[in-house]
Amino acid sequence: MAEQDLELTGWRRWLASIGDQCVFFTRFLRNIFTGGFEWSEFVRQCYEIGYRSMMLVGITSFIMGAVLILQLRPSMVQFGQEGLLPKTLAVSLIREIGPVITALICAGKIASGIGAELGSMKVTEQIDAMEVAGANPIQYLVVTRILAVTFMVPLLTIIGDVIGLFGGFLALNFTDSVSYSLYFNKIVASIDYSDFLPAFVKTIFFGFAIGFVGCYKGFNSNKGTESVGVAANSAVVTASLWVFVIDALAVQITSVLFYK
Amino acid sequence: MEEVKEQKKAASKPKAEVVISIKGLKKSFGKKHVLTDINLEVHRGENVVVLGKSGEGKSVTIECIVGLLVPDAGSLKVFGDEVTKMNDNELKALRMKIGFLFQSGALFDSMTVRENLEFPLTRILKMKDKREIDERVNEVLEGVGLTDAVDKLPSDLSGGMRKRIGLARTLIIKPEIMLYDEPTTGLDPITSREISELILDMQKKYKTTSIIITHDMECARITSDRVVIMDDGKYIAEGTFNTLHKSNNEIARSFFKDIS
Repeated sequence: MAEQDLELTGWRRWLASIGDQCVFFTRFLRNIFTGGFEWSEFVRQCYEIGYRSMMLVGITSFIMGAVLILQLRPSMVQFGQEGLLPKTLAVSLIREIGPVITALICAGKIASGIGAELGSMKVTEQIDAMEVAGANPIQYLVVTRILAVTFMVPLLTIIGDVIGLFGGFLALNFTDSVSYSLYFNKIVASIDYSDFLPAFVKTIFFGFAIGFVGCYKGFNSNKGTESVGVAANSAVVTASLWVFVIDALAVQITSVLFYK
Repeated sequence: MEEVKEQKKAASKPKAEVVISIKGLKKSFGKKHVLTDINLEVHRGENVVVLGKSGEGKSVTIECIVGLLVPDAGSLKVFGDEVTKMNDNELKALRMKIGFLFQSGALFDSMTVRENLEFPLTRILKMKDKREIDERVNEVLEGVGLTDAVDKLPSDLSGGMRKRIGLARTLIIKPEIMLYDEPTTGLDPITSREISELILDMQKKYKTTSIIITHDMECARITSDRVVIMDDGKYIAEGTFNTLHKSNNEIARSFFKDIS
C-alpha cells in the first residue's frame, strides 16, 4: 500500500485498498491452515482481548438492562402490560441490544488496541524484526488476534446478556416486587432458539470484522508515529461501521429464515 | 565507482570468498528512485561500512538482502544463491544465516529481554532444550554486558541497552552475516563508541561478515575494513577509511571534512 499511496488518488486508491484487503484476507485464511498454529499467543490474546474487556462489557450491559426496564416500565404500565417487561427486555437485549452494544464496545476497545499495537510495531520495525527472526508475522500477530476476537466477542455477548438481564431484574425491583425465580422463568419461557441463535451467529461476524479491521489497519499503517493514531482511529470508525452493516444484513437474513 | 585502494594491503591480502554479490540493483517507491544502480561485493569476514546522507536509501539495500523488500531489477546473490528468486522456505533458510540489527533495536515490547532472546532460537533454530536455550541467552547477554537485564521489559531499558539487547538477539543464532542499520543513531558519543567497539568485538568472536549502514564517522572508523559511499542511489566511492579520508572525491571529502 505504501508504494501505491504515493501514486494513487481518489477512487483508484479506494479500489486499491479493497484489493489490498482481499489479499490480506487471503493471507489470513492461508495462514490459518499452513504452518504451526500459535496456540500460546492465541490464548494470551483471548485473555488480553476477552478477559480484560469483561468488566467494561459487564458494567455497560448491567446499565443497559436496568435503563431499558426503567424506560419501558411507564409505557407498559400505561397499557397494563408490566407483566411483559421481562419478556420485552429479554427479546430486545438478546436479539439486538446486547450483541450490538457489546460489539461497539469491542470495536472501540479492541479494534483500536489492535490497530495501535500493530501500528506501533510496524513503526518501530518490530514486524520486520519478527519476520527476520523466522516467525511469520501474519501467523503470529494477525491469525491469533482475529481468531481470538472472533471467539471472544460471542462469549462476551453472552456474559453481557446475562448481566444485562440481572440489571433489569434489579431495576424492576426498585419499583415492583418480583421474585428472582418468576423473573427468570418468564425470561426463559419467552425466548426460543430463533431469538438466541441468529444473535449468536451475528456476533461471530461482529468479532471477525472487529479483529480483521484492527489487524488490517495496524498492519498496513505507514512508517511514522502519526500513522499509529490514524490506524487506531480508523480501526474504530471502520469496525463500528461494519458492526451496523452486518447487523442490517443479519436482520434481513433472520427475517427470511425465522420470522416469515 | 571511484575506487581508492591501498596498494600495499591489496597486494598482500588474498581475496576471500564472496558472500554477498550485488549487481545493478534498482528499487523505486512510486516515482522516487531510491536505488538506481547498486553494485557491491562483500567478502567473507569483511566489515563493509556504507556511508550516505539520510534518506538516500542506504537501509533499502540491506532490507533487499534479507528479503524484506523485493528489488525492481538487478541481481542479489548471498552465498551464491539469488535472493530475488527465493520462495518463503528458502528465505527462511537464508535468514538462519543472517542477523539484522534494526535502527531502533526493534525489541518486542510485550516480551521480556529473555523472551526476546529466546524468540529467534525457538523460531529459526527450533530449539526446545531449555538448558541449551538458557546457555545461549546467558552467553550473548554476557557478550553485551547486560546479564542483569534478563527479566526486564524493553520499556525499562535505555537506548544504548536496547541496542545491545538488539545486537544480542541477532547474534544469538550465530549468523554468518550481520547487517547493521545505523547501529549508533540516537546515542550519545560515549555509548556510540561502546556500541561500535562491541560490533567489532562480536565480529571477531563470531567471525561474521558485516554490512554496517551509518553516517556516524567514528563508528565507520572503528568498525570498517572497507567503506563505500552512496549518493543518488548508487555507490560512488570505495576504499579503506584512511584512503577515502585522503580522497579527492568531493562527496567523500564532505563526509570526512570534520575528521582530523
